[in-house]
Order: sequence, then structure tokens, then C-alpha cells
Amino acid sequence: MEQENVIIELKEMSKSFKVKNGVVHALDKIDLKINRGEIFGIIGMSGAGKSTLVRCINLLERPTEGQVLFDGQDLTVLKPAQLRQARRSMGMIFQQFNLLMQKTALENVCFPLEISGVKKEEARKRAEELLEIVGLEERKDSYPAQLSGGQKQRVAIARALTTNPKVLLCDEATSALDPNTTRSILKLLKDINKRLGITVVVITHEMSVIEEICQRVAIIDSSKIAEIGTVEKIFTAPKSSIGKQLVYSESKPKTQFDDTNKQYCRIVFEGETSFKPILANMILECQGVVNIMYANTRNIDGQAYGQLIVQLPPDERTAKKMIAYLETQNVKFEQLTELI
Amino acid sequence: MFKEGMLQMLGIGIYESLYMTLVSTIMSYVIGLPLGLALVATDKEGIYPILWLNKLLGFVVNVLRSIPFLILLIAVMPITRFVAGTTLGSKATIVPLVIAAGPFIARMVESSLKEVDRGVIEAAESMGASPFQIMFKVLLPEAKPSLLIGAAISVTTILGYSAMAGIVGGGGLGAIAMNYGYYRYQKDIMFITVILLVVIVQIMQEVGMKIATASDKRL
Repeated sequence: MEQENVIIELKEMSKSFKVKNGVVHALDKIDLKINRGEIFGIIGMSGAGKSTLVRCINLLERPTEGQVLFDGQDLTVLKPAQLRQARRSMGMIFQQFNLLMQKTALENVCFPLEISGVKKEEARKRAEELLEIVGLEERKDSYPAQLSGGQKQRVAIARALTTNPKVLLCDEATSALDPNTTRSILKLLKDINKRLGITVVVITHEMSVIEEICQRVAIIDSSKIAEIGTVEKIFTAPKSSIGKQLVYSESKPKTQFDDTNKQYCRIVFEGETSFKPILANMILECQGVVNIMYANTRNIDGQAYGQLIVQLPPDERTAKKMIAYLETQNVKFEQLTELI
Repeated sequence: MFKEGMLQMLGIGIYESLYMTLVSTIMSYVIGLPLGLALVATDKEGIYPILWLNKLLGFVVNVLRSIPFLILLIAVMPITRFVAGTTLGSKATIVPLVIAAGPFIARMVESSLKEVDRGVIEAAESMGASPFQIMFKVLLPEAKPSLLIGAAISVTTILGYSAMAGIVGGGGLGAIAMNYGYYRYQKDIMFITVILLVVIVQIMQEVGMKIATASDKRL
């Protein structure tokens, strides 16, 4: 039953490249399962191997070892023609859009159908439908050079969807776009996932992209998966050091605490608890003031998550009272001696 | 200054030059275009790597390209006689022209095709395109403007080569320049043929570039 839910499975997959002086291990024994219908994120710093990982899923890069199972079929043993057939069930979009520059938007969207031998008129009809889905039906006769970055990516998404793929692979699809355009493209991806039930795999180096659309995420660090889990879990309690770096670094407090005598406390909000005025209640209850050093709350899938770092009052008694209060409030918190 | 029939002779010269150039260019592309495609496809980073074939093709192209045209012209005379039945006249000149220009065009085509963004090829691969589909539906159409610029350069180079053939009895403006200008010291005729060659080259280059620019959808 569980197996049926898995659409992509990587088994002990490794990829190494021969370079001038030796071998570079880009990926080292990766085990990964991506479920049907989910939006799965893969995040890592540049050079961590995430782009190689996504290229291994459709075998643009052939893994040196291990298996790539797509819908239960091992892609690594397929003959070239069979592999090409399998690839038609996987759409892919790229950071640089990779549109055919000498073809119009419509011709670009027709292209995958053209190469799979679909009749021209049929292909045109389907392409027009898809351009409508991505909101570009009016620009169908424009060439990529006449389109903005966001529009180009929309064409690329339409093109990736023409063959009715089961999976859409997104390789840093929003990294070349401004924040507003990024948001609209992510919204489109989410919409496509919901409406068409296509599994979406998102590769990115931006945590904000993951939190915006992903349900589960894998963090890649130095060729390995450092951490994998639901976005909620990783955002509230990253375990790996790279996870902590990624989650906390986005709005790292700039001022460092100089007075080491003071106590700090990190309060973590998970889902509904963030709607309770915990902090205000605590201040009223304990008759002491706190200093908010850092706050970061996010809205993930309709629920609020986040963390807050407060400086407790210098008075030991009040500080203890506050900690005791927090304990009664069923909220996650930890005392800190320094800020991460 | 002009003797009777001189204009007619120059007219025939222009016709012969254009005839040699255009026919040679077309035939050179018949050889050079597939050869260029093969060079790109079989490359280590290509869409269908066959290293030994790539090395072999590269070697043959380099050998033919390294022989000065004048020497090649004479060296391939037996082949010319076998193919054209004679070594004289503009028809016969086409044989050495194609042998020299084919590899040249192969390199021009190769460099044009290599300009195609690797990412676009990767995108086509991700859609399940076969190497042949990538060649004919991605590489060639995407490189079209660059290929046209290459064609403009090639056609003018071939015109230059064709003029050289005048030395060994080829036809065209080159032959007129040699026969009247060099052998008979009629500098004025040589001068006129040179000007005519310059004008033809200019027109070909300009028209070629115009077509290339007009076809480029990136602009």
C-alpha cells in the first residue's frame, strides 16, 4: 500500500564525476522516496549536489551506482528508446527557462508533442489549452525574447505539462526571478499540483520557496541527505547543523548579545499555539518585561509557525517565574546562553 | 580602353564566377552540414558521443583545411578529371572547390551549432527527444541565424577560392584577371575584375547578414 504511494524512489544512488585530478563524489548513497501527489522540496547550499540529484531522477545524469525507480520501474536499466519514453512522463523546468529562442511560445509548448509524433493540429490545440492554464494565451505568438522572466517560466511550465507528466521536476525554477514573480510562479505550481494531481519536485537554495509550497523537504549537504521530513517539523526543529543554518540564517539577528549575564529564551510556535497571546499573558502574569530580540513567524499551509527569542528580565525571580509560566502553557521553548 | 567584346567577356566572367561559387557552396553544404553535425554530435560533450569517430573526422577536416588551396587545386587534378572529365573550365573547378570548402563549412557549422545553449539541449533531452530529433528540431533551427552568417562568410570565401582557380585554367573573373592582367600586363582589366569581385563579395555579405538578422527571433 505504501509502496503504491511512492512515485520516485532513489535507492543507494551515488553519482561521481571524473575530474582532472581525481573523482568528485557529487552524491553519496542517496535514499529517497517521493510520494504521489506531493510537493517535495530538495534544498541545499550551492554545490551540495541538489541539481545533480534532480538530474539523476530523469537520468539527464546517469547515476554511477544505485537505482532510480520511477513508478516502480528502474530507469537505470532501460534502453535509450525506453528511457526517452519514460522521460515523457516527467516534465522539467529550469532556472534559465531553456526555451527554444527561435520558436514562438505556442511552438515551444507544442514541441514535446511534436517530438512524440502527435499531429500538428492536435498538438496546437493542447498547447493552447496549456497556455491558458498558465495565463499566457494572449502571448502565444510572442518569441521568448519578447517575454519577461516570469512569462518565460510560465511557457516552460506549459511546455513541461503538454505530455501529461506524472511528475514535474523544477530545478531552481524561481532563482532567476524577482520575489513577486517567484510568488506567482510558486502559486501556479501549487495550483497545478492541486488541479492536475502532478507530483512536483522542487530544487532550491531558498528556504522561502520550500515554506511557500512544499509539504516535505530533504536537506542536502555535502553529497548526502542531512535531514528529511515535513516542512513543519524541519522549520520548527531542525536537527542537522545545515538545517539549523538554513532555517535560522534567513533573518539572523544582526546584533550580538554583549551582556552574557542576561538570559534568553527561544519560544517555538507550532500551528495553533501562535494564535494565543502567550507572550502578553506571560508579561501580565509575571509582572516583568521582556525584550524581543528576534522574531520570525511564518504561515505554512494555513497554520502559523515560528520562533521568538526574548531576553528575560535581569531579575532572577521574575525570569524563573516566566520559565515556569511557559512550562504550564504547553509551548516549546528553550533557554539560550547565546544566539544561533 | 575597351576592345570590342570586353564587356561581354566580363559578363561571362561574372556569370562563371557566380555559377562556380553558388554550385560549389551548395555542394559543399551537402558535405559540410552533415559533417559539422557529426562533429558536434559525436563530441565528448555531444548528444551522441563517439570519440574515435569524432577524432577521425576532426583529423580529416584538419588535414584538408591545412593544405593551401592552390596546392590542393593541383593535387586533386586526377580526381577532378575523374569526376568532371576535364581539369579546365568553371565546371571542373567545382571539384577542388568542394573538396576545400566542404571541411571549411563543416567547421563553420560546428562552431554555429556549438553556440546553441546547452540548457536548451538538456530541456529537449528531458522531454524524451532522440539525438536525431535534437539535431534537426533543436540544433539546426536554434542555430539558424548563426548558420546563415556562416553561409555568408563561406560563400565569399568560396568566391575567393574560385578566383584562384583561374591560375590553372578555371573560368570566371579570376581567370580573366590572370590571363589579361598577369600574362598580358593589362592592368586595367585586372583592376576591373578586382573591383567586380569586391562588389560581389560586398553584396553577398550584406545580403547574407540581412537575411541572418531578419531570421533571428532573439532580436
